[in-house]
Amino acid sequence: MTTKKAVSKRNKKQSDHAPEITAHDLAKGQREISVSEFFTKNRHLLGFDNPRKALLTTIKEGMDNSLDACEEAKILPDIKIKIEPVDNAEGRFRVTIEDNGPGILKSQMPRIFGKLLYGSKFHRLKMSRGQQGIGISAAGMYGQLTTGKPVLITSKISPKKPAHHYSLVIDTQRNEPKIVKDVEVKWDVKRGTKVIIELEAKYQKGRQSVDDYIEQTAIANPHADITYINPEGEKIRYSRTSKELPVEPKEIKPHPYGIELGILIKMLHDTKAKNLQSFLMKDFSRVSAKVAKEICKKANLYEKARPTRIAAQEADALYKAIKLTKIMNPPTDCISPIGEELIIQGIKKQMNADFFTSNTRTPTVYRGNPFLVEVGLAYGGDLPEEGIIRLLRFANRVPLQYQQSACIITESVMNTAWRNYGLQQSSGALPTGPVILMVHLASVWVPFTSESKESIAHYPEIEKEIKLALQECGRHLSKFIRKKKKAAEEIKKKSYIKKYIPHIGIALKEILNLNDKQELKIVNTLTDTLERSRS
Amino acid sequence: MTETVKRIKESASFIHNKIIKKHKPSMHFPIRALSNVKYTVKRGYFELKGQKKIRTLTVNTVKTFAQTLRLMSLSKELIEKDDIATKREAYYVSKNWGDARFDEQPESDTLMDDVEAMFEVNREQLGFIPEEKGGDVAGQLVVVDRDHDTGKQIKIDCTRFGSGAYSIPISVEHLKFETKAKFVLVIETAGMFQRLVKHNYWKKSNCILISMGGVPTRACRRFIRRLSEGKKIPVYVFVDGDPYGITNIYRTLKVGSGNAAHINKYFCVPKARYLGITPKDIIDYKLPTHPLKDVDIKRAKDALKNDPFIKSHKEWQDAINELIDMGVRAEQQALAKHGLNYVIEKYLPQKLKKTDSFLP
Repeated sequence: MTTKKAVSKRNKKQSDHAPEITAHDLAKGQREISVSEFFTKNRHLLGFDNPRKALLTTIKEGMDNSLDACEEAKILPDIKIKIEPVDNAEGRFRVTIEDNGPGILKSQMPRIFGKLLYGSKFHRLKMSRGQQGIGISAAGMYGQLTTGKPVLITSKISPKKPAHHYSLVIDTQRNEPKIVKDVEVKWDVKRGTKVIIELEAKYQKGRQSVDDYIEQTAIANPHADITYINPEGEKIRYSRTSKELPVEPKEIKPHPYGIELGILIKMLHDTKAKNLQSFLMKDFSRVSAKVAKEICKKANLYEKARPTRIAAQEADALYKAIKLTKIMNPPTDCISPIGEELIIQGIKKQMNADFFTSNTRTPTVYRGNPFLVEVGLAYGGDLPEEGIIRLLRFANRVPLQYQQSACIITESVMNTAWRNYGLQQSSGALPTGPVILMVHLASVWVPFTSESKESIAHYPEIEKEIKLALQECGRHLSKFIRKKKKAAEEIKKKSYIKKYIPHIGIALKEILNLNDKQELKIVNTLTDTLERSRS
Repeated sequence: MTETVKRIKESASFIHNKIIKKHKPSMHFPIRALSNVKYTVKRGYFELKGQKKIRTLTVNTVKTFAQTLRLMSLSKELIEKDDIATKREAYYVSKNWGDARFDEQPESDTLMDDVEAMFEVNREQLGFIPEEKGGDVAGQLVVVDRDHDTGKQIKIDCTRFGSGAYSIPISVEHLKFETKAKFVLVIETAGMFQRLVKHNYWKKSNCILISMGGVPTRACRRFIRRLSEGKKIPVYVFVDGDPYGITNIYRTLKVGSGNAAHINKYFCVPKARYLGITPKDIIDYKLPTHPLKDVDIKRAKDALKNDPFIKSHKEWQDAINELIDMGVRAEQQALAKHGLNYVIEKYLPQKLKKTDSFLP
């Protein structure tokens, strides 16, 4: 242990003489941190905190990619998922995810699967499951880190061409893929992609399980046909209930309200526009010549100024001017909802309930980003009477499994007065009752609270929309519950009358020494009187 | 046919007629609560104010309605056969009633109280008796009872129980009394009663000792009432100096309870006076005390606010307020601090010299 005296001595020495460690020394330790290396140290940020979650995240990233790819190519998705325990290696699983999508060009395969932050989705504003291009390669890297095994990818882009197979590892220093094996193979499908990742994982049933995740994915994607083989070898098939592909979401340019200063500066740098006004008009949505001129005027900037110059000096003024200018909301037809009917079909496929309802709101905007909320609700039937309701959260059709309490969806459900709709609810809690509640947020940019994409951040605009959709479904529900209660009460009343009126007859007979005929008359008349008074 | 059977039949026939005319019959009960009683010093007991609850026969009340009628029928049968049933026995009899049976005894007790109040009779008049004991008696009193089989008189001399006591029966209407005692001393705790009996306090002061063992039962109240009125002897009450002793035990003995307001007329002792322990005693006799608990304070404040008896007597309001201000309570056995027989040798003789200053 260092004594106080020793410390003060050393401090004194340092202040008296030249520092022992120089900037040169420090520079030796300063180097670029590769993204992949960063990941290995911060795997929890991406959803690989523990073996159980790692398995889920791997499946999730694979399915996200497959579904996105199929939909973009306008192919009804057939997805096959298989989890096998690896022989003689406890806690190790081989995950296979196979789709009938368009396939991936041979030249792109190494980078998609072997390089982090490579993808088609980060650079655009379009509703899709993946956003950052981080997922599947991170899953591959996790596998590589825990088992040393490469990622195996087979892809076929046309029935006429042979399939191509790569075995890849990631060079975590340079964030570059390293090809271990590169061969042409025969694969008896028209087209598609198959990814195999071996990883350290833990399979567990129940809430937040892979089983749950796949089931929920099937609910939110009634157009997909999903086959799942679990580690015990059981095959579960979620067949397609709708042959309609979701309407393809449109890609939109960013809305000026939705960007941050840093991104604005980057856009000013990267733009092909020659001057400020055309930059504003071409690179953003909803900026007309008139609006662009107004922004320039408010920022006190010359509209013919070169964007790169602005980026260096006056971006701040431009950013503030944008906030002060009234700009029309972005187009909202870029969002593709599941739809009220298909939500019900999706839930019905998995749950046996007495009552189903759903509500799809019209799209609206938070911070310049179009979004839309949908709610589905099932009540009664096989759902458990006791305990809190089961809440299923979805963002762009992807189930959210973790961090339920941090999510705006959960909070909105808690802040809705379910007692008005016939459910029990203690204050500040989810309601209780035989209910499955599904809430779907679709947006060109879902504001997740972290990179692991587990919960949605709090925006008042989003909360308002969720609540409105919940209330609408709540009203439908309360109508149903009231009807049901009334029917139950009628039955109860009838049996009550049958049960107790004879005793009134007996008692009166005993007290007043009546005969059997008089007793019968009491029972019949009274039954009649009470039954008439009910209706 | 007794008056009660007549009234049961009248009520049943009224209901019968309504049913035959295709109307919904109803029963009327006085509300049994402190909020529905009034008190005047002149009358001396809690009387019903007349608020009623009406139970109309509907789908929702059909079960209670049927059970009430069956209980009335049982009562009629008991009276006609000159039999009795304890409250618990009545509950077990209902087990023969199929769907109309009572699941728990409190259900039958409540309906029994309803019927009792509806006819404004005592439950003993309906043939139902409680399990509770009436109270213990010792001292200068001869109780004249009757042998149930032979009808012959039995004279019970309450001076001849040694260290034991005569036990007040559940029904006391038929009893007669012979006494030359100067007063009746009614005591809250069995412990204090034992002390006074053991030392033959009744012989020294020529009195009758009665132990209530907490809130007095109806039989105990009626017994004291008949004894004191019949023989014209004063009744002094000796209880703990706390809100429970004053507002529950003493108040119930003197003016009756809210729950049984329909029979208070007969089941209380309006002439009773409060001997102690008073708040003043706590100071005068330097009694050891315990702090008032929250429930004590609540009870005291409730009484000041809602109890018509306390509200009619300024002296009681002052005494209770004094107790609240002092923040303490004292048990009657606290007198033992000055010696075990201090109560016999000093406290009671001193108190009995000034009976006029007893609290009302």
